[in-house]
Amino acid sequence: MSTTVAHEPTFLAQREFHPFEAGGETFLYLVPSAAVFHLDEPSLAVLQALDAGAASEDALVTALAPRLGETAVRRSLAELMRVQAIGLTTAPKETFPRVLPQADFPLTTMVLNVTNKCNLACTYCYEYGEDKIVDTTCDPAPNYMSEETAQQSVDFMFEQSGDLPVAHLTFFGGETLLNFKVLQKTVAYARERARELGKDVDFSLTTNGTLLRDKVIDWLAENRIGVTVSIDGPKEMQDKFRVFKNGMGSYDYAMPKIKRLLERHNTRPIGARVTLTRQTLSVKRIFHHLRNEIGFWEVGFAPVTTADQRGYAIEDAGFDHMLDQFNELAQEFLDFAVEDRHHGFSNVKDTIEEIHKGVSKAFPCGAGLGLMGVATDGDVALCHRFAGSDDHSIGSVQTGLDRKRQFEFLGHHHVANKTDCSTCWARPLCAGGCYHEAHVRYGDTGVANLHYCDWIRSWTNTCLEVYGEIAVRNPGYLEQFEA
Amino acid sequence: MDHLKAINQKARRIQAHVGASVAANGGAAHAPASPAASDPDALDVVGLESRQGPHIPLGCSLVFAPGWEVDSTGGTAGLCQPVERDLFDCHLACFWPAHVPDQLNHAPDWTGKCAAAQKDWRKIDLIFP
Ligand code: SF4
Ligand code: SF4
Repeated sequence: MSTTVAHEPTFLAQREFHPFEAGGETFLYLVPSAAVFHLDEPSLAVLQALDAGAASEDALVTALAPRLGETAVRRSLAELMRVQAIGLTTAPKETFPRVLPQADFPLTTMVLNVTNKCNLACTYCYEYGEDKIVDTTCDPAPNYMSEETAQQSVDFMFEQSGDLPVAHLTFFGGETLLNFKVLQKTVAYARERARELGKDVDFSLTTNGTLLRDKVIDWLAENRIGVTVSIDGPKEMQDKFRVFKNGMGSYDYAMPKIKRLLERHNTRPIGARVTLTRQTLSVKRIFHHLRNEIGFWEVGFAPVTTADQRGYAIEDAGFDHMLDQFNELAQEFLDFAVEDRHHGFSNVKDTIEEIHKGVSKAFPCGAGLGLMGVATDGDVALCHRFAGSDDHSIGSVQTGLDRKRQFEFLGHHHVANKTDCSTCWARPLCAGGCYHEAHVRYGDTGVANLHYCDWIRSWTNTCLEVYGEIAVRNPGYLEQFEA
Repeated sequence: MDHLKAINQKARRIQAHVGASVAANGGAAHAPASPAASDPDALDVVGLESRQGPHIPLGCSLVFAPGWEVDSTGGTAGLCQPVERDLFDCHLACFWPAHVPDQLNHAPDWTGKCAAAQKDWRKIDLIFP
């Protein structure tokens, strides 16, 4: 028997990343760190050599050194290893630590549902439509938030905001302006409290635009209140779902008021939020109407949240079509960004900001963490969409936050618990998606929104490509995100 | 780094972190766990340390007892040489030549009773100077 055993080299293999090309260059989006690195020729060659599977370093050097030089190959290997794009096959798989935030994690944004009444009757609305999770017709909670509850909410917000210098208060509904009186009083009260506490407070609200009387507009402008208008686009699209209770479309009624808002409210940029359904999938047309013809500063899109079988649910082919148009708009955005011009497609801008910062999320959104929703009766919920649902309550503004429930929720909803996401390269940005969406789709806030994965990955890839191309052609543009 | 260029803020942070630990280790790389995969200019024993956990040098043993060696994971699969091979090859093929006696001058018969290392290693005795 021989006294020596064959030499067994160590093997190197790829770790988790998503490569993408932009501006003729190749980049890596590393998972889960969310770092973006540019690859040069040797490092790209080394990485590609590992496409077929693990290889020993000597084998890689033997194969690549004649073309690239031994030093370049070895250095590339070392660098790829340092950023963990590759690693030893024997190294233990890095697990995503299930780290929960600290117990006194401060509240950054509080969303007040000042009313659950609306003067419109949009058929897809989660407050009223078939997918509502809160029974707004026979729920004992009041239809309008009282002045007292609103003030208690403000106190609660400042209390929970810890050492943060700024608190964000967002009004939501129903139609927020139906409770205009309480809005006015609450803003005044919050300003006063902020002054006492030496803090700042920032306000925003969402409205359907139908109640924007001149007096209201002036008040919004004077108080620097950020306004988002829920609107679905040109007349024929807006009037399909955004209807009054008698079935009449709301476009003709709302549009003159919205235009006046855009003329007179110059203290904050005003955005439009579009809900996309199967019937209103002309994304580009909607965008140009709202951005260029009407004059919104930004336009954001969200596919309707719904169970599968509803008539307005977007089906697979619809998603492809929608994605194509999103991609075209993203291309437009890129052309603008390269020239340092503002475009206004907020979906792509928001994602690019997250990419530039290297956000890697343990939770899909701030719900129950830095963001909470308050129902008309003062119950505190994960976010505005859950406001009023007893199952998702984490306290009340009168009795305080139920920290135990909050942490149970966070523990249960950490992305590390979502097995499906654990191999997905998009998880630093997606982390499983909206809890409310999951609740409506699957009856469980804790499951990943798997019906969206293809769409999410495809869209994230588009945003990475736009990002990479900006980084190549106009890197200065990205500095605005380095707050 | 020469071949990877940090693009986003997170990448820049990683680069700064890696750069700092390279400097702190006297030029040794941060992550590499195989000698050759480390920076060619910076081959250093410290570069072989596992990234987390206790300091366990890779590939060779500090104590001469075949089979005691562990890699950075605590197993033997990632050793730069199979454990049995250490017995005879460490002083030739490895950069850490301290674990076997000098068989040329001092202890030429050291492995005389050991025909197959995997089987007979217990027959190898300690060497005293
Ligand atoms: S929900 Fe889908 S796209 Fe999102 S992280 Fe999980 S697997 Fe990826
Ligand atoms: S759960 Fe959904 S609706 Fe609520 S804050 Fe998160 S993403 Fe938004």
